[in-house]
Amino acid sequence: MSEFKIVGKPIPRHDAWSKVTGDLKYADDFTMPGMLFAKVLRSKYPAAKIISIDTGKAEQLDGVRAVLTAKDVPHNETVTKFGQSTEVGKGFEGLYRVLAEKKVRFMGEAVALVAAETEEIAEEALDLIEVKYEPLTGVFDPLEAIKPGAYLVGESKSNIIGEFGCQQGDLEKGFAQADVIIEDTYKVPFVDHAYLEPEAGISWIDDYGILIIRVSTQVIEHFRDVADVLGLPHNKVRYIGTMMGGGFGGKEDITVETYLALLTWKTKKPVRLVYTREESILCHSKRHPLVMKYKVGAKKDGKLIALDADLISDAGAYPYLSPWVTLYATVNAAGPYCIPNVKVRAHCVLTNNTFTSANRGFGAPQPNFAYESIMDELSHKLNIDPLEIRRRNCLTTGKALATTGQVFKTYVALPEVAEKAWKALGESTECKKDEGRKIGRGLAIGLMSYGRMTFLHDSSRCYVRLESDGSILIRSGIPDLGGGQISLLCQIVAEELGVPTSRVKIYHSDTALTPLAGTTTATRQTYMSGNATLKAAREIRNRILNKAAEILNVNQDKLDLINEKVIVNYDPSQYVPLVKVIQVCNADGIELFCEAQFNAPSTMVPDLSNIRGMTFPDFTFGAQAVEIAVDTETGQVEILKLVTCYDVGKAINPLSVEGQMEGGSIYGMGYALTEEVIMEKGMTMTPSFAEYIIPTAADVPDVKAILVESGGGLGPYGAKGIGEPSCSIIAPAILNAIYDAVGVRIKSLPATPEKIIRALKSDYFRK
Amino acid sequence: MEEYRIELTVNDEKIIGTAKAEESLLKFLRRHGFSEVKCGCEKGECGTCTVILDKKAIKSCITLALRADHKEVWTVKGMEKLELGRKLQESFVNHGAIQCGFCTPGMILTAKDYLDKNPLPNREEIKKAISGNLCRCTGYKKIVDAIYDVAGENHKLGGDIDV
Repeated sequence: MSEFKIVGKPIPRHDAWSKVTGDLKYADDFTMPGMLFAKVLRSKYPAAKIISIDTGKAEQLDGVRAVLTAKDVPHNETVTKFGQSTEVGKGFEGLYRVLAEKKVRFMGEAVALVAAETEEIAEEALDLIEVKYEPLTGVFDPLEAIKPGAYLVGESKSNIIGEFGCQQGDLEKGFAQADVIIEDTYKVPFVDHAYLEPEAGISWIDDYGILIIRVSTQVIEHFRDVADVLGLPHNKVRYIGTMMGGGFGGKEDITVETYLALLTWKTKKPVRLVYTREESILCHSKRHPLVMKYKVGAKKDGKLIALDADLISDAGAYPYLSPWVTLYATVNAAGPYCIPNVKVRAHCVLTNNTFTSANRGFGAPQPNFAYESIMDELSHKLNIDPLEIRRRNCLTTGKALATTGQVFKTYVALPEVAEKAWKALGESTECKKDEGRKIGRGLAIGLMSYGRMTFLHDSSRCYVRLESDGSILIRSGIPDLGGGQISLLCQIVAEELGVPTSRVKIYHSDTALTPLAGTTTATRQTYMSGNATLKAAREIRNRILNKAAEILNVNQDKLDLINEKVIVNYDPSQYVPLVKVIQVCNADGIELFCEAQFNAPSTMVPDLSNIRGMTFPDFTFGAQAVEIAVDTETGQVEILKLVTCYDVGKAINPLSVEGQMEGGSIYGMGYALTEEVIMEKGMTMTPSFAEYIIPTAADVPDVKAILVESGGGLGPYGAKGIGEPSCSIIAPAILNAIYDAVGVRIKSLPATPEKIIRALKSDYFRK
Repeated sequence: MEEYRIELTVNDEKIIGTAKAEESLLKFLRRHGFSEVKCGCEKGECGTCTVILDKKAIKSCITLALRADHKEVWTVKGMEKLELGRKLQESFVNHGAIQCGFCTPGMILTAKDYLDKNPLPNREEIKKAISGNLCRCTGYKKIVDAIYDVAGENHKLGGDIDV
């Protein structure tokens, strides 16, 4: 194809109009006749024995149709999966328990379910369930939980649920050669996804006894897990995924679905369950807090020579995706740098805190904060410009990741993006002397994988059909969390088949009717489903061109498919309308539909104690730079300029890509400055948006997004993934800027005004 | 619990219904099929439930339904009927100001109410005006672009250009 007609154009989304008119029906907007309302009774203790549960009074309340506890769940304990169909063995798949039994492990753990005729009755019934608890001591600090003899959160003999390591070179020798060594411990907090749409769904049984769940989820493949819980064959549970009101990883694990399934199965009625905001913050997964002990050695010229990192990750009360996230953190721990001597160890540990799991970045943002703070420290110690020290050390094409030794065969844009981001800050903002504010700048670079771990043997499928009128239908299991996932597939098909996007319709996220496309997680959909869709569309394109070549009596390679016509590319006056070719194909029995599967490169499960070689298909590289002002009286930080620059490979829809980069920056800005789910002895102290502070419009700068399009990605047209990488490196850029402004190094996120002012006036606070 | 009869117009159409004293306008509207009014927190903190009541953008989750008796309510569905509303919808679409879309209805209504009263805002003023409506996806830039673009037409009509 000579020139793109639709790909690469900033066109409005497929779903934009239905959202702007309010027509789109989210999970919570769907009702059914005779529907019941569900509520979940949740543990009020983070650690306790359940002595007894009495549901008698609740069951007798008028309008209550079902009260369920663990004993009513056919298979109350299964394993956490996230859509993978390959066996990866122990070490990854932890216990998934539907309802608490014998013991509660975190505050807010589900203990009982109610379905009633109204929401009010369901709530009243919750109050009538009598649960006798015997509170236990619990353990809330992973550094305590990891010690021998600690309180045991689960039933095993240790709280450690995952151990990972990478090493290369000789650490001792490396540090012996270092001119400067920096040792520090960095900490990051629990973070909530804070999607604006709380978890929601509705379930019913269809005419043939199939259990249907219409739900806001990133993983429709959980239909298998729900079937396992109920003891049903997988093909008797059907998920219909809704357009999500945000997900960010928080809708990657099962949320409301199992509860809905159990209540519908019991009552045979449609049941609806929607979490309140408080319930959402209390009960869904959080981003992992990590304690990261680093020791980094460098030569005088800034060249890194050794890195030793010890990461401890708080898994909370159940494993969920903690082992996977910790593996990501391990692989990312040495950053995008060439370092000859490296050792990384990571543990994930159960505690009685709310469980942690996927959150945009999936283990990449945490170590990035640590190593980019250290790079800044080195740049100051050695008096080397922040851009220059990164240039001297960063990975380039053909080099290998310092942790796993995975070699980068495609273009590594790090030097380019770092320079572009840093230079785009432009002239320095002047600050009035009497203003009490100081200006500072910070830079950070990073990398993050797109696509799943290669030992998961990932694949995606897509079905494309050309209708007789030249309109096109796509069927893909792809869930859309608001990133433009479905729109992207429409754009690819429109490009390949030479029609405007308005002629393409997509049916998506249905486990019974659409080919499974895998999860909308791991920044994988552009890459995976984009490629599957491209493959299907190209197959049909080829059949059309083949037939048109016969009709026009020219060689197929001289033909192009543009504006619903097959044209001869050296003489556009010679053409045949697409509809005409379709007619001939139909008459000749040529299939104008195709279901294609794209398989990612695959590897064996690595040795987890020393992970070597390929673990991910590819990585996205980026840099972020900020200019900030710090108020030296209040510690308040204002971001004046924020530049984000990534090599996105190819921006299939630049509007969507910019949207990810702008949104990701601000997601990360919250991580840097305000966001923390505060837990005190397992109790969530920040269960609302009044306490859990995400950035508002008044807090943010106009993000400047710079797109580098190297074409080096593994996705369609050379695209890379951008969703998660976009948020993973802004926090250290901001904290490095704080150091630049006021000379204070904050080593734990978020950098609140209180922390800054305490550090600035440490003498005063010591008194 | 006693129910009260209320009569109001929603998007210029008459609605007659009953509401309990403590029912929020959000719940009343959603119960009557206006599912475009979103429920994000029910505490007045996120702005997804914003509607225009009596010519003022309010958070319907912390407004009693009875307060809307004999009043005029506009939701995002009604914006197609109003010139400024329609322009904002178009501008949001064209600027890519929509990602998951859950904040969009509230955001558009806040913007409509604000531009009705302040037709010539600069970007900083727009940011302040919409700061009660949270968005987790976009980083706000394209939302501000979309609103500013609509306001920009007013600027072109003779207002002071203030960037």
